[in-house]
Amino acid sequence: MKLSGIFGDMGTKISMFGYFLRRLLIAIPTLFVIITLAFFMMRAAPGSPFDIERPMPPKIKERIEAAYHLDRPIYVQYGYYLKDLARGDLGPSMKYKDKSVADLIREGLPISATIGGSAMLLSLVLGGFLGSFAAIRQNTGADYAVMGFSTTGISIPPFVTGPVLALVFGVYLHWLPTGGLDRGHMTFTHLLLPVVTLALPQIAIISRLTRASMIEVLRSNFIRTAHAKGLSERTVLFRHAMRAAVLPLVSYAGPATAALLTGTLVVEQIFALPGIGRQFVIGALQRDYTVVMGVVILYAALIIMFNLLADLVYGFLDPKVRYQ
Amino acid sequence: MLLKNIKSLTITAVSILALAACSGPDAPDNPDAKILHRGNSAEPLTLDPHLASGTWENNIIGDMFIGLFTENAAGEPIPGMAKSWTTSEDGLTWEFELIDTIWSDGVPVTAHDFVFALRRLLSPDTQSQYAALVYPIKNAALVHNEEATPDALGVTALGPKTLRIDLEYPAPYFPGLLTHYTTFPVPAHVVKEFGARWIQPENIQVNGPYKLVQWRTNDFVQVERNPGFYDNENVCLDEIYYYAIADANTAERQVREGRLDVNNDFPGRKMEFLHKELPGYVRVHPFLGTTYFSFNTNVKPFDDRRVREALSMALDRDHITQNVIKSGYISAYSLVPPGIGNYPQGAIVHWAKLSFEERRARAKELLMEAGFGPDNPLQFEYTHRSTGDNPVAAPGVQSDWNAIAPWVNVTIAQIETQILYANLRAGDFSIGDGGWIADYNDASNFLYLMETRAGPQNYANYSNPVYDQLMDAVNREMDMVERADMMKRAEQMMLDDMPIIPMWYLVNKALVNPKVTGWVDNIVHTHRSRYLCFAE
Repeated sequence: MKLSGIFGDMGTKISMFGYFLRRLLIAIPTLFVIITLAFFMMRAAPGSPFDIERPMPPKIKERIEAAYHLDRPIYVQYGYYLKDLARGDLGPSMKYKDKSVADLIREGLPISATIGGSAMLLSLVLGGFLGSFAAIRQNTGADYAVMGFSTTGISIPPFVTGPVLALVFGVYLHWLPTGGLDRGHMTFTHLLLPVVTLALPQIAIISRLTRASMIEVLRSNFIRTAHAKGLSERTVLFRHAMRAAVLPLVSYAGPATAALLTGTLVVEQIFALPGIGRQFVIGALQRDYTVVMGVVILYAALIIMFNLLADLVYGFLDPKVRYQ
Repeated sequence: MLLKNIKSLTITAVSILALAACSGPDAPDNPDAKILHRGNSAEPLTLDPHLASGTWENNIIGDMFIGLFTENAAGEPIPGMAKSWTTSEDGLTWEFELIDTIWSDGVPVTAHDFVFALRRLLSPDTQSQYAALVYPIKNAALVHNEEATPDALGVTALGPKTLRIDLEYPAPYFPGLLTHYTTFPVPAHVVKEFGARWIQPENIQVNGPYKLVQWRTNDFVQVERNPGFYDNENVCLDEIYYYAIADANTAERQVREGRLDVNNDFPGRKMEFLHKELPGYVRVHPFLGTTYFSFNTNVKPFDDRRVREALSMALDRDHITQNVIKSGYISAYSLVPPGIGNYPQGAIVHWAKLSFEERRARAKELLMEAGFGPDNPLQFEYTHRSTGDNPVAAPGVQSDWNAIAPWVNVTIAQIETQILYANLRAGDFSIGDGGWIADYNDASNFLYLMETRAGPQNYANYSNPVYDQLMDAVNREMDMVERADMMKRAEQMMLDDMPIIPMWYLVNKALVNPKVTGWVDNIVHTHRSRYLCFAE
């Protein structure tokens, strides 16, 4: 019995590891396709990083373009890019003359990660709580209030919520700063509004998902059984219902990560935060090819990774899932 | 068990994030330090004076480096590294005696640093995008294009403290040009040691009032007082933070919050509101900039002067600037903005005094003379920049043109600013909007745009040999009164030909906390931090 238990466990682990490995292997061609598409789309956009208002002498322009291989056919440029990438070199920024893409990502990533991570956590905790609360109090005033809030949260985009929150809490009430960091340092007060702005739509979506799934679970037979066994309401809710109700949330974690990552592009711009989202927007406008590529690769890798993690966690939570 | 795990994981994550988010500044600031927080529009792409090209970069670079000339609080050229100078009779040779001063590491600033700097600027390897500005220096263009060796450049160190600069032609605006960052000295010993990384905070040495401490991309640049600066005793502020806040609305909110002491812009349409909300903060002053539309004179019907004049006359600039844009811009009837150096003004389109109704009627007549009418409608596309006030103004422009007659049909297209400039240079447009902000305070910096040799910068492809000859003579004329008159004649000639539509003169806008002293509004919009202080 004990032995089979161990083998069973190991079997699960092996199949899980195999699954993980397979997914990682699939991620490589996926990333490759993304890199290729992003590379050619970026180059297809009109203009170049060296289009400035005052024209340069042709020889100087030639020299600069040669330094970045921009004088070569696009497929050769692509080859150079892949070669550098294979060595882990994201290249120099084409606009920030004194910085490399890695420098820029190193500076911006901690800020974006903190905002994104905090927003994710806030969405899960608050969305989960509100959703469960609404499910338990189904069709009451509280339920309608939560769902009303949720619909509003989904309908109003961050580029509206952000400036309104900044105006109310920053300009009128003077409670919180309206943007930027505290001389380069992330403080609670400086990040609160950006995190809330970024999290609001996710809180709304997660609370709706949780509510729907919780209502379904609460009506299921195993909950009825738990009640029949005389378990307390709290135990039924937290030990049995919650575990099952949380499953749709886990499968939503992948899309949520994507939404938060793209959300940082907007939120960092509104709150003047020096994260990589802002880098990306500025890079795209300035045709800073290497910076845009660097951020695209990072974002793509993160989204692939979080989707994979979500699938693995799903398996942990739901014994019915098998990694094949 | 699982719930327990999730709970403990959550607690850990929250704690980590809270800790990360709550880490305060590394060390408490000196409570007596005078620190200025300046909003600085955009992220500097570089702090190397030879690679820079933006006014926001100039704001920082000019606080760290001083050239032969620098600016006073009013933005006028005053001697910087130059103690005294002499000019030869023909105006072609300038000899400078340098002041006794040091780089921030104690190494003396010498004439050799200037020679090194200008050769570096013009070396194609430096890849400077702005080096053409020093082409008045003898052989500069040849050196830049690798048609002459660097030692042929007309910049010579006659001794450690004596510098000679030979010019291609007498440039009476030369002191003004020498306040431009491209002409600044760089510490030769540091650049040679660290190469491209000489500008990093750990390597940089400066000869100006402030030294770089840290530079966080898209956040801020911090500089602190340089005790070795020759005029340090008259510098009030100890530290300056320049914030890269591109969105004028965000910057305005931060000024209202008190987080920024100064911002070098504000949303023009909010001027009235800001006057009320922030009394004493709003600063508006004429600027060395003009927005003008260019006709592509290579294509029909814009090769016809009558069509160009009609379309220029039919635009109600007063309505567009005062009721549509509302940023305080001034209607323009010439290319060169008022108040510019070495130019008393006077050139103006000949119909400027007519009422708008008269102009519109005359425009219709002109177009009919040119063969347009109900049977031959005039159709064209007007392209405008996607930034600034241009998208707001565009529908007003379109409606003015369409109102000339039912047979005038204009479409508008918004194009990303840098792409539009590339199109203008390539001649890929019909009528395109653009603008020019002078590099130095002299009218010739505007008028050269319409010279044939300006090439791609002459978007309209205007080519008038008489104009070119006159501008060539302007560059050689030593008598400032005669020179100004020649420029006026040239501008009038160009305006009569109407290859461009002058639209409005720009103004510079700033929000300055009234407790900041030493801020003098000026036409070049240059405000060096060394002159600023806080009221007691």
